[in-house]
Amino acid sequence: MQDFGYIAAKTVSEAVALLDEKGQTARILAGGTDLIVQVREARRDVDWMIDIKSIPEVNVLDYNADTGLTLGAAVECFKIYAVDEICDAYPGLIDATKIIGGTAIQGRAGVGGNLCNASPAADCIPPLIVLNASCVIAGPNGERELPAEQFCTGPGQTALENGEMLVSLKIPAPASNSSSFYLRFIPRNEMDIAVVGAGASVTLDDAKQTIVSARIALGAVAPTPLFAEEASALLTGREVSDATIDEAAQAAQAIARPISDMRGTAEQRTHLVGVLTRRALNGAIQRIRDAA
Amino acid sequence: MARKSHVQTTINGETVEFLCESRQSLLEVLRDELHLTGAKEGCNNGNCGACSVILDGRLVNSCLVLGVETEGKSVETIEGVAEPDKLHPIQDAFLENAALQCGICTPGFIMSTKALLDQNPNPTEHEIRYWLAGNLCRCTGYDKIVRAVQDAAESM
Repeated sequence: MQDFGYIAAKTVSEAVALLDEKGQTARILAGGTDLIVQVREARRDVDWMIDIKSIPEVNVLDYNADTGLTLGAAVECFKIYAVDEICDAYPGLIDATKIIGGTAIQGRAGVGGNLCNASPAADCIPPLIVLNASCVIAGPNGERELPAEQFCTGPGQTALENGEMLVSLKIPAPASNSSSFYLRFIPRNEMDIAVVGAGASVTLDDAKQTIVSARIALGAVAPTPLFAEEASALLTGREVSDATIDEAAQAAQAIARPISDMRGTAEQRTHLVGVLTRRALNGAIQRIRDAA
Repeated sequence: MARKSHVQTTINGETVEFLCESRQSLLEVLRDELHLTGAKEGCNNGNCGACSVILDGRLVNSCLVLGVETEGKSVETIEGVAEPDKLHPIQDAFLENAALQCGICTPGFIMSTKALLDQNPNPTEHEIRYWLAGNLCRCTGYDKIVRAVQDAAESM
């Protein structure tokens, strides 16, 4: 592995100052499950790794039924799905945290790192988008927030400017009669990268028959995870039916622009967007109806 | 040569100090600096689980942890599992069930099993298979390993 310096930052301002000073070849180290592999395989040139795991703000895991979830950028997957209230409030996010790698990966990898690694196939990003997550970013000029769907700008590329780091993710409290769902297609049962991923969040009326609002997001069918804005919007005010769900699935297919690679062809991926969008919507709706 | 850092950590209950470069993984530190060669290097990218160790109570791939990250932490490796004159019940169960052939994956499977049984003493077969999905074995076909884990859970 190439030689690099290691600094364990103690505060956000120290990490930001280091990032600002060291420039583009400095990288934030959280769980390391992507970064260490990329450096070892010489896919990323890194002179400095700035370990943020000693910084209090990136370790916050705080859920409040009124204000929602604050999820520190370095919180590992296993800590998230250990909290029952979070599992109940954001099941779509939990779906993703439970299928990223195996047990040992989930012991180190977190949602924040999954977002910052900015893989088009990242499992956590579609759930963050459908749950209206906001990215809290610290930089030399202070703090700013960015909606999750605007965070990734290309494969491995993010909206983070020089000197900026992700501190936490803020997810609003779920509305009543709402739920979320994420699933992916992989050719085996476990331990694989999404051929296509789809997330959905749905809010129903009190009778649980009419869609008040919905959000759909797709993974692995474009250079970044996609918010399927039109497919989401057309569901507003519609009664739940197979025809309505099909319409949304077709609108989602219309924005997919997948590539063909070793995991699947563009044609297969486009087909899968329809199948998975239907299943994600129906899955979220079923969860709402199953809740007492 | 790259600058080395001084690291103090606890390994299998004993305080250990070592010097390492930032780029050395915990696996390389264990094997090359501390001569604890139980954890194995398989894929070196987090897929195979042969290097599994327990870090502050949590199962990790030691190839995906930097040695310098373990400052002040606690590491459990396969070398700390048995007592001086007695195997751990998990090790006995692996032997009794012939849950190994070539043995390269075995230290990782045993650490992974230990982490599982430490937090869930009575796992279902489904839970065992999902928990161990990050550990690859090319010899046994996994069935004997699953039975060994079930036996170990029963005997502990």
